[in-house]
Amino acid sequence: MMGSEFVALSLPPILIGVCVAVACALPGNFLLLRRQALIGDAISHVVLPGIVVAFLLTGVVAAGPMLLGAAGAAVLSVIAIDLIRRLGRIEAGAAMGVVFTAMFAGGVLLLERSDTSSVHLDVEHALFGNLESLIWLDARGWSSLLDPAALAGLPVELPRMAIALVVVAAFLWLFWRPLALATFDEGFARGLGLPTEPLGLALVVVSAIAAVAAFDAVGSIIVIAMFICPPAAARMMTNRLGHQVAWSAAFATLSAIIGYVLAGYGPIWIGASASVSAAGMIATVSGVILGIAAVAGPHRDKVS
Amino acid sequence: MLADALLLQLGYNATLVTIGACLLGIAAGVAGTFLFLRKRALVSDAISHATLPGVGLAFILMVGMGGDGRSLLGLLVGAGISAAIGLLCVHWLTTRTRLGEDAAIGAVLSVFFGFGIVILTIIQTMNAGRQAGLEGFLLGSTAGMLRGDAILLAVSAALVLVLVLILRRPLELAAFDPGYAQATGWSMGRIDLAMMGIVLVVTVVGLKVVGLILIVALLIVPAVTARFWTERAGHVVIIAGAVGGVSGYVGAAMSAIAPALPTGPIVVLVGFAMFLVSLLLSPGRGVLASVLMHWRYQRRVHMRQGLLALAQGQPIFETLTHRLLRRAGLILPDGVPTSEGQAAAAKALLDETRWSIVRADQSFAAAATRYDGLTAIETVLTPDQLNEVDARIKAPEVVA
Repeated sequence: MMGSEFVALSLPPILIGVCVAVACALPGNFLLLRRQALIGDAISHVVLPGIVVAFLLTGVVAAGPMLLGAAGAAVLSVIAIDLIRRLGRIEAGAAMGVVFTAMFAGGVLLLERSDTSSVHLDVEHALFGNLESLIWLDARGWSSLLDPAALAGLPVELPRMAIALVVVAAFLWLFWRPLALATFDEGFARGLGLPTEPLGLALVVVSAIAAVAAFDAVGSIIVIAMFICPPAAARMMTNRLGHQVAWSAAFATLSAIIGYVLAGYGPIWIGASASVSAAGMIATVSGVILGIAAVAGPHRDKVS
Repeated sequence: MLADALLLQLGYNATLVTIGACLLGIAAGVAGTFLFLRKRALVSDAISHATLPGVGLAFILMVGMGGDGRSLLGLLVGAGISAAIGLLCVHWLTTRTRLGEDAAIGAVLSVFFGFGIVILTIIQTMNAGRQAGLEGFLLGSTAGMLRGDAILLAVSAALVLVLVLILRRPLELAAFDPGYAQATGWSMGRIDLAMMGIVLVVTVVGLKVVGLILIVALLIVPAVTARFWTERAGHVVIIAGAVGGVSGYVGAAMSAIAPALPTGPIVVLVGFAMFLVSLLLSPGRGVLASVLMHWRYQRRVHMRQGLLALAQGQPIFETLTHRLLRRAGLILPDGVPTSEGQAAAAKALLDETRWSIVRADQSFAAAATRYDGLTAIETVLTPDQLNEVDARIKAPEVVA
């Protein structure tokens, strides 16, 4: 299992999975503490119409236009939610529910009506992604990791996801103090003159970058699970923000690795032939971790 | 073709499905209103996503027991059981741990859905699983439904509607005035349980029609739409039921003539269209109404400021003010006030002077809070009080 086959077939998906999981879990910590946990859910739904419109306009499945389309859709949905909330004096959760379901429904209908049979774009792909298919055909073994020619054949999703992870981590590292202040005591932060509203919007935008980059590789299920489950589990482990972020990154990595291995090799261990959905398994493992933390975490209680 | 579908001319099954979708829509609209007013709209999203593992496991179980696994009733029972487990998880995470309800909803939603996907991929490798058609539960598919399934759908939708109507009173009470409900002896815990039970049943019945990803829209959109049209409790419920019913009916009818498209998105977009119309056109909260109100307010302010300027003999340069006064016949094109203009300006100045006295006097504190620079003072004070105020206005003095 650890030979050249592993490097070619399992290493890239695992690395991509880890990048996705950590990139989503990091901003997820702040979203969770700000009680905006469901923003990840909303973003991953509205990304679909953006990608479909980008495809219909350009006619190709290319990363650039799709990222633009998805980002545009995410921004549009944020504006629409805010508009409905203010104009109709509607509670934020309900406004969100109206916008993301309508946009998702529009995306599905557009997708089903247009001729996308020639390209790899369908609703199921959008939901579960296809982590297993991101293989590295040029790999001949561990030595390929040092071979520039072979490295050029890595699935494009891996560098893209790594860049997204770096962007997310850099944002959090640069704005750590103001973000922490604005998250825990918004009034105090505003009193210090910090721009709390642009900061909140920037957090949403960074989350959207992570979600959009991940969406194409792994589908929306992992994205939603990773935004919420690892930070929520980490919340049960500690009362310190820095520790919580570290725990959440560890939990996210663990979910991605265990989930992928269980999905790829688990059925073989119990004697079945085919593998199961890696995206679904990673989400399941993160849920199990959250369950364990909720039962046994040292800081799980309501009042601590 | 669409007319045929809307008039139920497409055969017995399609008619049953359309009527069933309509009844389901009414039930979802009414039940969703209570959920919306308790500010727990998105709990239904967790419930609906949590049905997927149940559907998959029920299929595997039924195949294991020798059937073909496609019995709709069996699948829906499985869905109900796993949705209930998901609901319990949300409740447990919210009450027993430090997580907020939003985090609990998101966690349950994604984990159950992910686990459901794992089970679906297992089913795809089974021999019986290739034609299972469980994907129809994701986005809804009513086209080509079997006779038995259509009857099951219509009957269960009717039963849900009856259930909602029976429990309407306590739910309404709890949604609008929890304190009063508790004081009159209702247990909030039980009412919430009943509400979640109804939402669960609506979700399960709606799986085949709208699909588990979008059923949350059928619960939320009608309630939000209704909220634009009325401020009264009973009316919100009725309008939401109507909006839900129309979405279900029109959506299912349109889906009957476009069998390749999933039903759920069509139903949701029909409802969303009604929401958009309400957002734009509703009299109280609509966009158009707010724009009109802002426009009128702006004109009143300009008019008032223009009149005050006239009264003090100042020229008016601001174009909108100038145009408004001109159109009302209060000034001539060169800015000189007409006799009506002089009268109106004197009236405005008197009003402003009276207000400044009222606002400077503590004994008029209550009346002074009504000052906004536009309200005529006669609408706030009595003639006696006005006389008292007028007595304090200083006579004009000669400026040396």
